Amino acid sequence: MSRTRIAWIVLLVLAILLPFFFSSYRVTQFTLVLAYAVAALGLNLLLGYSGQISLGHGAFFALGAYVTAILVAKSGWPHLATIPVAAAICAAAGFAVGIPALRLHGLYLALVTLGLAVATPQLIKRFDGLTGGTQGLAAPSPSVPGFLDFLADDQWLYLLNLAILVPMFVLAAGLVRGRVGRALVTVRDNPIAAKTFGVDLAAYKTRAFAVSAAYAGVAGSMFTITVGFVAPESFGFALSFSFLAAVVVGGLATVAGAIFGALFIEFVPVYAADVNEALAAVIYGGVLILFMYVLPTGVVGLARRVRLRPKQEGERDAVVVDRGVAGGGAGERVRAQ
Amino acid sequence: MALLAAVLASGCGRSDSDGGVGANAGGGEAKAAPGITDRSIKLGGSYPFSGPASAYASIALGAQARFKAENAKGGVDGRKIEFVTLDDAYEPQRAITNVRRLVEQDQVFALFNTLGTPNNLAIWDYANQKQVPHVYVATGASAWGADIAAHPYTTGWQPDYVSEATAYAEYLKAEKPGAKVAALFQNDGFGSDLLTGFKKALEGSDIEVIAEESYEVTDPTITSQMRKLAASKADTFLNITTPKFSAQAIAAIAKSDWKPLHILNSVGASKKLVLAPVGLENAEGIVSMTYVKDPEDPQWDSDPAMQEYKAGIAEHEPKADPQDTFTTYGWTAASTMIEALKAMKEPTREALMESVRTMDLELPMLLPGVKVVMNGEQDTYPIQAVQIMRFEDGNWKLQGDVIQAGGVE
Amino acid sequence: MERFVETLIDGIATGSIYGALALALVLIYRSTGIVNFAQGELAMFSTFIAWGLVEAGIPLGLAILLTLAVSLVGGMVIERVLIRPVEGGQELTLVTVTLGLFILVNGLARWIWGSTNRGFPSLFPDGSANLVGIGVAWESLGLVAVLLGVVGVLWLVFQHTTLGLAMRAAAVDPAASRLVGIPVGRMLMLGWGFAAVCGALAGVLVAPRLFLDPNLMGPVIIYSFAAATLGGFDSPFGAVLGGWIIGVAEALAGGYVDFIGQDLKILVPLGVILAVLLIRPQGLFGSPEVARA
Repeated sequence: MSRTRIAWIVLLVLAILLPFFFSSYRVTQFTLVLAYAVAALGLNLLLGYSGQISLGHGAFFALGAYVTAILVAKSGWPHLATIPVAAAICAAAGFAVGIPALRLHGLYLALVTLGLAVATPQLIKRFDGLTGGTQGLAAPSPSVPGFLDFLADDQWLYLLNLAILVPMFVLAAGLVRGRVGRALVTVRDNPIAAKTFGVDLAAYKTRAFAVSAAYAGVAGSMFTITVGFVAPESFGFALSFSFLAAVVVGGLATVAGAIFGALFIEFVPVYAADVNEALAAVIYGGVLILFMYVLPTGVVGLARRVRLRPKQEGERDAVVVDRGVAGGGAGERVRAQ
Repeated sequence: MALLAAVLASGCGRSDSDGGVGANAGGGEAKAAPGITDRSIKLGGSYPFSGPASAYASIALGAQARFKAENAKGGVDGRKIEFVTLDDAYEPQRAITNVRRLVEQDQVFALFNTLGTPNNLAIWDYANQKQVPHVYVATGASAWGADIAAHPYTTGWQPDYVSEATAYAEYLKAEKPGAKVAALFQNDGFGSDLLTGFKKALEGSDIEVIAEESYEVTDPTITSQMRKLAASKADTFLNITTPKFSAQAIAAIAKSDWKPLHILNSVGASKKLVLAPVGLENAEGIVSMTYVKDPEDPQWDSDPAMQEYKAGIAEHEPKADPQDTFTTYGWTAASTMIEALKAMKEPTREALMESVRTMDLELPMLLPGVKVVMNGEQDTYPIQAVQIMRFEDGNWKLQGDVIQAGGVE
Repeated sequence: MERFVETLIDGIATGSIYGALALALVLIYRSTGIVNFAQGELAMFSTFIAWGLVEAGIPLGLAILLTLAVSLVGGMVIERVLIRPVEGGQELTLVTVTLGLFILVNGLARWIWGSTNRGFPSLFPDGSANLVGIGVAWESLGLVAVLLGVVGVLWLVFQHTTLGLAMRAAAVDPAASRLVGIPVGRMLMLGWGFAAVCGALAGVLVAPRLFLDPNLMGPVIIYSFAAATLGGFDSPFGAVLGGWIIGVAEALAGGYVDFIGQDLKILVPLGVILAVLLIRPQGLFGSPEVARA
């Protein structure tokens, strides 16, 4: 049993105990953090492992959120049953975006996907028969089941979201550690070599996009479960930027980083506003910049550097390569070191 | 890790308020409501202090100044009002966490004047479930008074957009029969409420809407919309926009040959925020409506309420601009809240709701003849009277009498 | 027909707004190889400075010149102080720093000047010129003229001066440039400075039309990204042309295709970009990346 695994188990136990030590509103914030963490994880799979950048993950997040909201509010589905549907629909959408993405590199891909995020609120409003349009759509959060009635609503929602998050993380960890992960990293770091070794670049890249979008979709479902209400205003393009910031703050090509990143984007703005309401944005922006100075490789990157031990055979670290991966072409540019 | 530690540390200090606070707090000990003591009343609000809608933040400042001014006079029955405001950047999910924090951690007595249609739609189920008064919300959606059985703790404040639209429709019927209207509207709850209300009020008349174009708050310009509307050759222009786009639309008309009768919704009718930046000469003849006294209208210069307002802002929130109509809005809404608190029979949330729901109040900052009237299930919209105004010689001039819109039942 | 031409002209005028800011993006990209998400906010900040100077009674022309000078210095200082520490690190770290800068500058402007709308005087006279029977606003003509002028100057500087050559070299291969004696750091600073000047110019040109508030460039920058992407991220002329194509495509879609309508017209430029990029992944005028194994 590796130290990493023990650390994960301790973290999980802490995460399960967490809602019993915090006030209800903080638990709600943590519940949102769980949703954001899954989205950041999805983006990290794409960005960190296959080297493709997306500024459009807010769109997949919104899609997942609305799939759940619509199925719950209009068809009376149980919340949990909507999650596979959201994942499947988002995977299909991700796959569809992944195909043209094959031709695009770095910056160009980033900006085309940004267009997706920008158009999302308008698309939601356009299909108002389905989405409730500008009025939003209420899909009340699931209530505490009878056998768990010692839990408060917010504790139940938190634990429910945690129960969704854990398999998503386990799945991702397995994915990046296995054959697929190694292939993806090769695709990212040396596409030409990967091709020579018989890796089907196009297939891996489009699948990475699909999986990544499915994660964002599940995160969207978690959002709806938590908030119980969806409206176009929740899904502006700032959301996609937040996910990007979460990935970078947490650390590229790390699974654990998604959690730190999600904590960052949820809590730092709130704390900044507590320090000084009028200067909240200035503080938040400043902290983000400072963070990049102090921890340019993210929180997990720092943890790795602190450990600084030689990599052992079969260790997960073997697949992690700290280097610029802003994606394909643009990332390959030679820079002064 | 440092971040997590910080979160944990600050959270642990508050673990006392753990669990479903007040979910079933009916029976048991003394029924003193949270957030109210003999010396203080705590209110909470959520506003967009950051982000693209932050122009509305002046409302919070105006309200804050009014509460401070009341406290300086001794407060409500000796109770000082503390108004806790949080930033939601106009995002519904942040409004939700804010409101949970206000209710559960800060233990506010009531939510007052939370801003934005989607944000309030996101929080009203929660507020009603927790039986926390969620009063005088800062949005004109007609939803707030539509079904009070489902949401007895929620009320609007300003004339709802449908009432506003009805006032414009009535004005047109009287002044310009047979008008052909071209409408520009913001593609959100506010825009669609107003436009739908307007069309509904026109039903059965000879006035029709012959062209309508929408815009998004994220659009840089409305050039193409204005071009299309001008091409419709309509003789009346209904401008349902927020300040920045109101200004752009007025400028576009000033530069074009299209000279329709211009009806501008009250959100965009601020002389300071909209008309002055475009140039007052371009605003001549624009028609709008109001229900509060305009701080820039010289006829109120010697009005005691206006003087009190301006002095109050200068003294208690010097960073706020008294000429900003959003500041006036916040001040006046807070005055309503103070009266509701004064009329409370006992310091409980139920008593506050009763006082809010049975009100017949004249406020000095409202136009003469405009009252805050609520009456149980009969009248669920606080302010419904409005007065048409027209921009003449560099100032808004009130027209005709106060219209009791009340188009919604 | 007349309406069609008018719509076309509207599109070009709006497209010029996108192009103006896209120029600044291209400049940073050319000199530092990153996209500066804060470019629009820096432009907005510069515009507020110009506004402040005008309010203080300084004539518009002089105020703008002063603002351009302040922006040049400001851009260089930002590069030196904020960007240099992470220069040479992960590309995404740099991008995130510009995101932080975006949030910070926007918050700072709201704190200093508030969120209210302000009028900004135009450099150009009111009214319109009569071009073969169709009235074109002087403002639109002026915008296009200034934009073309800036592109011309940039082209001259980058293609025909030693400074331009050195700047290009520093961006493409900093290590080799250092070896041949180019002060790479100073070139990067200059790149940011020039971009800030371009942004400031964009700001003072569009503010009379859009009205000045801290959200001045928020909506514009999205379209500017699109313009730069379409034109090719390293081509100033491409950026301007990209802006025009997007402005016109959007105006025509909003004006004529009712199914798309005003709400979804943003999808049209997106479609155009996608179509162009699928054929030319480097944009219309961009230089292709050469992959290194």
